[in-house]
Amino acid sequence: MIVIDQLSKIFKTASSELVAVDQLSLSIEKGEIFGVIGYSGAGKSTFIRLINRLEEPTSGRVEIEGELITGLSKNALRVKRQNIGMIFQHFNLLWSRTVSENIAFPLEIAGVSKEEIEKRVQELVDLVGLSGKETSYPSQLSGGQKQRVGIARALANRPKVLLCDEATSALDPETTDSILALLVDINKQLGLTIILITHEMHVIQKICHNVAVMEAGRIVEQGSVLDVFSHPKKNVTKKFVEQVMGKPDDEVAEDSFIATVAEGHVLKLQFIKENTNQALISEVAKKFKVDVNILQGNIKRTQEGAYGSLYVQMVGEEVTVQEAIQYIEQTSVEVEVITHD
Amino acid sequence: MTNLFPNIDWADLVVATGETLYMTLAALLGTLILGVILGLLIYLSQPGGLWENKWVHLVTAAFVNIFRAVPFIILIFLILPITIFLFGTFRGPTAALPALILGSAPFYGRLVEIALKEVDGGVIEAAKAMGAKTRTIIFKVLLRESLPALVSGLTVTAIALIGYTAVAGAIGAGGLGDYAYYYGFTRRDMDIVYICTILIVVIVFIFQAIGDAVTRKIDKR
Ligand SMILES: Nc1ncnc2c1ncn2[C@@H]1O[C@H](COP(=O)(O)OP(=O)(O)OP(=O)(O)O)[C@@H](O)[C@H]1O
Ligand SMILES: [Mg+2]
Repeated sequence: MIVIDQLSKIFKTASSELVAVDQLSLSIEKGEIFGVIGYSGAGKSTFIRLINRLEEPTSGRVEIEGELITGLSKNALRVKRQNIGMIFQHFNLLWSRTVSENIAFPLEIAGVSKEEIEKRVQELVDLVGLSGKETSYPSQLSGGQKQRVGIARALANRPKVLLCDEATSALDPETTDSILALLVDINKQLGLTIILITHEMHVIQKICHNVAVMEAGRIVEQGSVLDVFSHPKKNVTKKFVEQVMGKPDDEVAEDSFIATVAEGHVLKLQFIKENTNQALISEVAKKFKVDVNILQGNIKRTQEGAYGSLYVQMVGEEVTVQEAIQYIEQTSVEVEVITHD
Repeated sequence: MTNLFPNIDWADLVVATGETLYMTLAALLGTLILGVILGLLIYLSQPGGLWENKWVHLVTAAFVNIFRAVPFIILIFLILPITIFLFGTFRGPTAALPALILGSAPFYGRLVEIALKEVDGGVIEAAKAMGAKTRTIIFKVLLRESLPALVSGLTVTAIALIGYTAVAGAIGAGGLGDYAYYYGFTRRDMDIVYICTILIVVIVFIFQAIGDAVTRKIDKR
């Protein structure tokens, strides 16, 4: 578990003071992927750099698995850092070293023997899917491949915590997805706690379990990804959710269904934490003598299941339709009947 | 050959060329060591640097600036007492070395500093985040990542040094400059001046070619 308590960072310039992180408190469970989202300048990078003290806190405490990071001496901190992995937006690889040599660097720093390094590097190369690229230089790699090297390097000393500062922000959408999939994979395989900073909500949606929304150095909203997605409270959060779910133009859409749907019922199915939505529709159509047409839907997958809503038209005998609706209501899907003839 | 260059003693010319090469290479070694130390000190002690230290920064920067400002020929005269104290004479190629090194190391030190500043701050930060010691950061990150720039800077410095050896020749350091001046210019035997010029240009070209080849080989950017 990572406990952050009243953590602050104030940058002092000649004329003024800038509070980049403002008395921030947070706790992160072991083995979870925790996302921090916020707009540029919110203090996200400063926050994550405070965790391994690349930035010295002005005040407050950081504790990782019972060890007080903010209480460590310079030398103890240096040794501790060997067990906290970090990956960066711009990868920060040594371009004078090959892929293997880059991955070997943290092992050299930790004083691992030559044979051991060789073995471990090969494991890591395989883990991140870079076999065959061992002797390439970073300049010969694509962005996605560079980030894979960055991830392998961060994992070299078998850390318990991985800090990611905008790890996918310099990558195209497809490469982003493959890197995110890799992060989920190592989170599951190695039980690694991942703290991830981003300004892109879809990154949070795809891989995080919990999320904190940051604004002006503070956390303004926090919770499980599904909770935050389904009930965003603050305006910033709503805007971030819109990034993924689109604007809530439901009212307009409902009106147009009423106008265009001639027969049957229009139902709004609200999915939260639902893992079986695809099967559900075909199941209903098979089990009951009803026709189900999908009118419009917006469903996103998160680590805890699907989230979103689906509008369907259901046509059939009134009794059968009611039975079908009851059947759906037994699952975790909420049903709202919008019209019926 | 003898007709084209009637006044040349070929044996003397070989000795002079050897002296020029000796002065250049020996001074280059001293310049490399002193220059890297100066460049590192300036870089590391700068505000926000790994060894931030106002006084070290001030002193090293002042040293570099002062010695770069003094014209080389004046520098030779300035340190004459030190040279005589060290070697008992100011004549000959070895006695010229302190002046050559002091003349070129500050120049190279600046080039080293510039090369180090070019190293991506993110990479240094990554090394810190991995728990690297400052010594590891200096040798395995800073110097290694800036190596191509350090080599090309050394090439530029070597060529400036070849010029300095010729200037030092004017006060009897030996080498091609000395030969061209005393045996050529003062006796109006211009063929000697010409052949010395040709040889110096050839040496410069060779240094440049080697420097470029090495830089190209190690530059993986
Ligand atoms: N070294 C520094 N000195 C002074 N101010 C700083 C320093 N680093 C960051 N800041 C300021 O702190 C605030 C937060 O910066 P930070 O980099 O943490 O934001 P961010 O949320 O990561 O933004 P982005 O998404 O653009 O990376 C900004 O106003 C920034 O100007
Ligand atoms: Mg940032």
